[in-house]
Amino acid sequence: MTTDSKMPVLVETLTAQRDAFLAQWTQAVGEDLQGRLSLAELGRELGELYDSILRGLNAADFDSRGEHFAETRSLLIELSRSRARQGFTPTETARSVFSLKEVLEPSLAADGKGAQQYLQFARLLDDLGLLTTEAYVRTREEIISSQAEQLLELSTPVVKLWDGVVGVPLVGTLDSARTQVVMEKLLQTLVDTDSTHAIIDITGVPTVDTQVAQHLLKTVVAARMMGAQCTISGIRPQIAQTIVALGIEFGDIPTNASLSDALRQALKEVAQDAADDARGLL
Amino acid sequence: MKDYGAALASADTVSVANSSDVVSARQMVRTLAQRSGMSLVHQTKLVTAASELGRNMLVYGGGGVVRAATITDAGRSGIYVAFEDQGPGIGDLDLALTDGWTSGSGMGLGLSGAKRLVDDFDIDTGPGGTTVRIVKWGR
Repeated sequence: MTTDSKMPVLVETLTAQRDAFLAQWTQAVGEDLQGRLSLAELGRELGELYDSILRGLNAADFDSRGEHFAETRSLLIELSRSRARQGFTPTETARSVFSLKEVLEPSLAADGKGAQQYLQFARLLDDLGLLTTEAYVRTREEIISSQAEQLLELSTPVVKLWDGVVGVPLVGTLDSARTQVVMEKLLQTLVDTDSTHAIIDITGVPTVDTQVAQHLLKTVVAARMMGAQCTISGIRPQIAQTIVALGIEFGDIPTNASLSDALRQALKEVAQDAADDARGLL
Repeated sequence: MKDYGAALASADTVSVANSSDVVSARQMVRTLAQRSGMSLVHQTKLVTAASELGRNMLVYGGGGVVRAATITDAGRSGIYVAFEDQGPGIGDLDLALTDGWTSGSGMGLGLSGAKRLVDDFDIDTGPGGTTVRIVKWGR
């Protein structure tokens, strides 16, 4: 292969001994990953990577951020993403790149010219290795934020307690994002189940401060606008005293100490409505 | 209010830069209160006050540091919490302590409510930042 690379020795060696180097590299990475990826799959991944690095070197520079290594970078980012998803550590991911250095060292570091080019190539690999760590961390962050979103969904169930009565058992901290989810779900469930009563239970909310109270009030107002009666239950003694001391007024919103009291009250009203209905008053 | 600055040498610290840090600060205060054997009502009041002041610090002061320590004085023990930010300070303190007044979108009860929830309340504000110090005594 003819080349205009500034690194003829390196490129020639890499080209001539491609298969041997690739086999050793795959072997080294495979040992590091302890068989959690098949050698065939690794060989394919690393083969693509090897060829793209070689193409980048052929284009004559060692700038890992340059356009000649764009393909290498996207391959590495892809590799890091799949490693992060499969639960490999960042060290294992970065070593997939670094171990190419160990493979090349015996062949290149023997004479002066080769050693010099080897060192430059090692720097390039260092950069690429760091890139994998960066991509790995970014993927992990994406995973964490999507899990946080899932948790938000999970932790805000809206359940049908009885015909015409839905309940929202809140657990944990109530922030704006969560209030939004609760409100949307509650309003949709009110429509879907054709319910007239909603009970928001805050037994599992450890701290009711002004922000939480404000969010609760907004949710209640929204439910009322849709014609539903809304009750807040699960007000424990210490919460009641704190709310009073803070000076928060719940106005005419009915509150209860326990969910069962709130449910009894709601059922009574539902039964009353049904009785009125039967007598033709409605 | 007495100066409990010395107690802060052994204080627990949480720096508040986002709303999940407010939750961490709250948990730190709750843990201290539980360990000191404070009654549930007092605990809840103290933790709620810490939550209000921590969030104020975040929203209006751009974040800061919460320090909490157990203190003893004249045979009684309590929890001392200091909230320190480098924000723009509170322009009109009397107005800020008025129920229902807010410069933001809250209920306007955070600062005044927090003051009612604790036993000692002290606020020091200026262009260089605001420090709020509170004490809640055990039974």
